[in-house]
Amino acid sequence: MDITLQQVSYAYAKNTPFEKRALYDVDLHIPSGSYQAIIGHTGSGKSTVLQHLNALLKPTEGSIKIGDVEVKAEKKSKQLRKVRQKVGIVFQFPEHQLFDETVLKDIMFGPMNFGVSEEEAKRRAIDLVKLLGLPDEVLEKSPFDLSGGQMRRVAIAGVLAMNPEVLVLDEPTAGLDPRGRKEIMDLFYHLHKEKGLTTVLVTHSMEDAARYADRIAIMHDGKCVLAGTPQEIFSDEVRLMDYRLELPQSIKFQKKVEQMMEKKLPVLCLTEEMLAEELAQFLKKEREL
Amino acid sequence: MLEKMIFGRFIPGDSFIHRLDARAKLIFVFLFIAVVFIANNWITYAILVLFTFLIIRMSRIRLYFLVNGLKPVVILIIFTFLLHLFFTREGAIIFEWKFLRIYEEGLRQGIFISIRFFVLVILTSILTLTTTPISITDALETLLNPLKKWKLPVHELALMMSISLRFIPTLMDETDKIMKAQMARGSDMTTGSMKERMNAIVPLLIPLFVSAFKRAEDLATAMEVRGYKGGEGRTRYRKLEWATKDTVIIVILLILAIILVYFRS
Ligand SMILES: Nc1ncnc2c1ncn2[C@@H]1O[C@H](COP(=O)(O)OP(=O)(O)O)[C@@H](O)[C@H]1O
Ligand SMILES: [Mg+2]
Repeated sequence: MDITLQQVSYAYAKNTPFEKRALYDVDLHIPSGSYQAIIGHTGSGKSTVLQHLNALLKPTEGSIKIGDVEVKAEKKSKQLRKVRQKVGIVFQFPEHQLFDETVLKDIMFGPMNFGVSEEEAKRRAIDLVKLLGLPDEVLEKSPFDLSGGQMRRVAIAGVLAMNPEVLVLDEPTAGLDPRGRKEIMDLFYHLHKEKGLTTVLVTHSMEDAARYADRIAIMHDGKCVLAGTPQEIFSDEVRLMDYRLELPQSIKFQKKVEQMMEKKLPVLCLTEEMLAEELAQFLKKEREL
Repeated sequence: MLEKMIFGRFIPGDSFIHRLDARAKLIFVFLFIAVVFIANNWITYAILVLFTFLIIRMSRIRLYFLVNGLKPVVILIIFTFLLHLFFTREGAIIFEWKFLRIYEEGLRQGIFISIRFFVLVILTSILTLTTTPISITDALETLLNPLKKWKLPVHELALMMSISLRFIPTLMDETDKIMKAQMARGSDMTTGSMKERMNAIVPLLIPLFVSAFKRAEDLATAMEVRGYKGGEGRTRYRKLEWATKDTVIIVILLILAIILVYFRS
């Protein structure tokens, strides 16, 4: 599903003394099937953009096209349910939304709200628990008896169970241990590829943005200031510094190496694996000369 | 979604009312509740309304915003008005249609009660809108201090109040977040039949309670770790200061009371 934001502005608590402009004229096009990362400093408006992607917030100005549904300020909420079924959001700290008696019921909550049959919802829950690397026993446990990391996985399963076409992730791995973080990010990437999902990821990790995304957008003070491929975004370090962002570790390392060797590698290395590969080839070539 | 609610919120500002001592404002509001009941005819109620608008002006809070934020209360006021309008049977009949009869006295009572309600709600809102919750609690604690003699746990009450006030915005934010998360999972508490809406409340309330208890526990631990052991021997960081203007505002209220007594019938 294509998603297009056109001149989207948003103000919280509009027409009260607490009015707070959070977005200014944001333009962003997310093609169907792409992996879009959104990066930016805290408070830059990333979460606000995400909530527009399934019409939880409606723009105060401008419009958003989600598939063939257009969301505007004056639009009534009738059609929006359809959008919510197709766009699954994993909020920041999604474990806060768990409520049901058992993990199984909690995961089934979303799909059943959208009219999926009980058997089908149950089947999905069982599959997802396995997919997320949780033991089968948790299905009958109370979600409140699980560890923090397990709760996070259950909450993610609850969103995936709706079989969304678009997966929106708001810092889905914040506060997890490094290993769990990698497992979950790899899982999202696997689903993205396998099911042809459109994925939108908000992250503070430049490494994750560089590794997984096809396209990156930078938010700064409520504006979308820069959008492009990871190669384009990370080739302009000075500009990144302006937005208080850093380069991914692999590129930092590459720059240091280039400085020492006083030679340049042909491409920006977005991951450690890519860097290792490039360096090996480079050194091999050097030796041949 | 809940962001339009203004009851119990504070709007920073620098008006005359903002700068008054919180104790003066509290005393003012409590006395005012009594003063309102002096009014009993058109003139006295008109004076009350005038006085209220004067106070609104002095607080520099926009009227539009006050009324907008108090919508739930306005509904209550309208309800009371209608109740009096239809169920008071005194005076001449001024309107009759089928079995519906409206009496002169009913209309009068309805209007008076609504005005009373209205000025009370406006003035209490102005109190909370122009005073930080912390100073309200401090003021309450000082004002209630004499009651300690009768073993009233004044400090503990004030602490409970300040903690509750402190957590209102947090819980509101939390409610908003969880509501959105459940809406994203297809639960909808804004449309549907009464029963459907009631069902949709469970997924909201349970996470809310869980997180409130968790917060309470964390707070208790944090207080204990920092050596909190009740009000005994505790000194104050913020000092309340009673100035001439605070006496002035109380005197103005007394003058209002005298005027009302003079004009009441
Ligand atoms: N519910 C809200 N009410 C008022 N202001 C908000 C609310 N949520 C976010 N904001 C404000 O909007 C701006 C953008 O916030 P957000 O989208 O959460 O940023 P990010 O996710 O990039 O950290 C911030 O300045 C924040 O204070
Ligand atoms: Mg955020």
